[in-house]
Amino acid sequence: MRNKKPASGGRFWRNFKNQKYLWMMSIPFVIWAFVFSYLPLWGWTMAFQKYKPARGFFEQEWVGFDHFKTLFSDSQFLLALRNTLAMSGMGLVAGFIFPITFAILLNEVRLGIFKRFAQTVSYLPHFVSWVVAAGIVTKMLSGENGLVNDILLGIGLIDTPIQFMAQGHLFWGIVTLSDVWKETGWNAIIYLAAIAGIGPELYEAARVDGASRLRQVWHITLPGIRPTIIVLLIMSIGNLLNIGFEKQFLLQNNLVTDYSQVLDLYSLKYGLGMARYSYGTAINIFNSVISVILLFTINGIFKRTTKESLL
Amino acid sequence: MGNTALTGKSWADRVFDFIVYLVVLIVIVVTIYPFLNVLAISLNDSVDSVRGGITIYPREFTWDNYLKIFTFSGLITGFKISALRTVAGTLLGLLSASMLAFTISRPDFQGRKFVSTFLAMTMYISGGLIPVYMLVKDLGMMNSFAVYIVPGLVSAFNVFVIRSFIDGLPYALQESAKLDGANDFTIYCRVILPLLKPALATISLFLAVGQWNAWFDTYLYNGSSPHLTTLQYELMKVLQTTTSGNGGDYRSNIASMASNQVSPESLKMAITIVVTVPILLVYPFIQKYFVKGMTLGAVKS
Repeated sequence: MRNKKPASGGRFWRNFKNQKYLWMMSIPFVIWAFVFSYLPLWGWTMAFQKYKPARGFFEQEWVGFDHFKTLFSDSQFLLALRNTLAMSGMGLVAGFIFPITFAILLNEVRLGIFKRFAQTVSYLPHFVSWVVAAGIVTKMLSGENGLVNDILLGIGLIDTPIQFMAQGHLFWGIVTLSDVWKETGWNAIIYLAAIAGIGPELYEAARVDGASRLRQVWHITLPGIRPTIIVLLIMSIGNLLNIGFEKQFLLQNNLVTDYSQVLDLYSLKYGLGMARYSYGTAINIFNSVISVILLFTINGIFKRTTKESLL
Repeated sequence: MGNTALTGKSWADRVFDFIVYLVVLIVIVVTIYPFLNVLAISLNDSVDSVRGGITIYPREFTWDNYLKIFTFSGLITGFKISALRTVAGTLLGLLSASMLAFTISRPDFQGRKFVSTFLAMTMYISGGLIPVYMLVKDLGMMNSFAVYIVPGLVSAFNVFVIRSFIDGLPYALQESAKLDGANDFTIYCRVILPLLKPALATISLFLAVGQWNAWFDTYLYNGSSPHLTTLQYELMKVLQTTTSGNGGDYRSNIASMASNQVSPESLKMAITIVVTVPILLVYPFIQKYFVKGMTLGAVKS
């Protein structure tokens, strides 16, 4: 409706003059996006060189896929890959189950004040930084006066405090549950909005048919938010390798590195920390390429099996 | 299956209700207890705290911990830098996102397709940690305040959220302003911006939270400039002193952490509160907006 026909070539400059303010308002940011989003892609060439910061582009020594070969033969890298996949997989599952469940439960709360209070409280951890959250988690799980140990000791489940943060095999779970604690309330907002969009007449009809509340949830609420769930699922799977490293960085310690090292931390440590820029860039590229492949694969699968898709 | 829809609540529905309220109550307690616990410890005498057993109220109340932490030089600087980057980053982020959203919402704008595609691509591509680090270094932005604002200035996601708000406004408003002789910039300032308040409130919350909570850019780029470190970074250093040699894999951070003495629990908790409270004061006011903003953003993306 609002589309006017595109200007033909000759009138371009006249239109350009008419729209000079629109151009002036967008061009600086286009340049910005070029510099900060597109230019780093140029840096990918480093991964195929033996990059030396002092040299110009044409003076670099090209080594082809050597860095990638080193990468795949490094056991530390494979460990980081395993940890990344494990934690993002666990995060993916928990990140769907908990917010969806919480949204559905909250939606079933009939007491207005209680519902509002619960929702407001549930956002709280989202606004806190991971630095603070990691501090809190460490404190709660601490072997000395940590709440979790106090409770477990109190009910007689254990005799001596468990050093949660010092046990490698617990690290994945700790990261996942910390994330659940921090983001469940916030992520539930989208599902709550989707639930609010379901027609009340559906529930009305179900009630007349004598469906219990649980059955209404199962047959109306869940199918009602299915499109939202699928779109969010595709997006999160595309980001499977981009789980970042904030949580892992802040919660890790020397005792659990075998379980806490993720790809980004690995590139930070072996790339930046040791000034092996080429090697680190190779990790970044690996990350990006896998993410894109995942995104397209998952999107394709969903396109075929369901009608929902992102691209 | 209760078949008593007309005669009141069935047995199954009562159980269902009970479980719903119980679980939601548990979620509330689990969410809020750690904060109350941290607050209580921060207000408790630090020697007494070591005994443990403090729950949600201090055993030996004192303001001492708060008085003590404000004598740390890093804290005052950190507070200033954090506040400054939050204000500047939020304002500039709002300005850039709303301007871009305005231009790509204009159906008659010739560059519309180009600008929006160019921008949308940035959501899917990223060079990664090291290429970005090298770029920032090459641009001479290491050890500068600019590094907090410039590299993250435009977020395509925010632009598209605002754009969908503008799309919801009647275009006739802009056309009539044009007939009155307003140029596009005037229309943006006088017509669009005032109508965008709910969207801008949402986005400013996202931006402010992101800016206030950021610590990694300090770690990466400004860790060796004491006058530029942020509050979160200072807290990070203090908290990480407990877990032995934790996190400091990189550059001078190990040295600076090791030289820090391990500070008592109560002091750490007091700093945690100081870092947390400012951002928690903001969100109740913007809550009514962000629920709408989140939803719209999710639908559009």
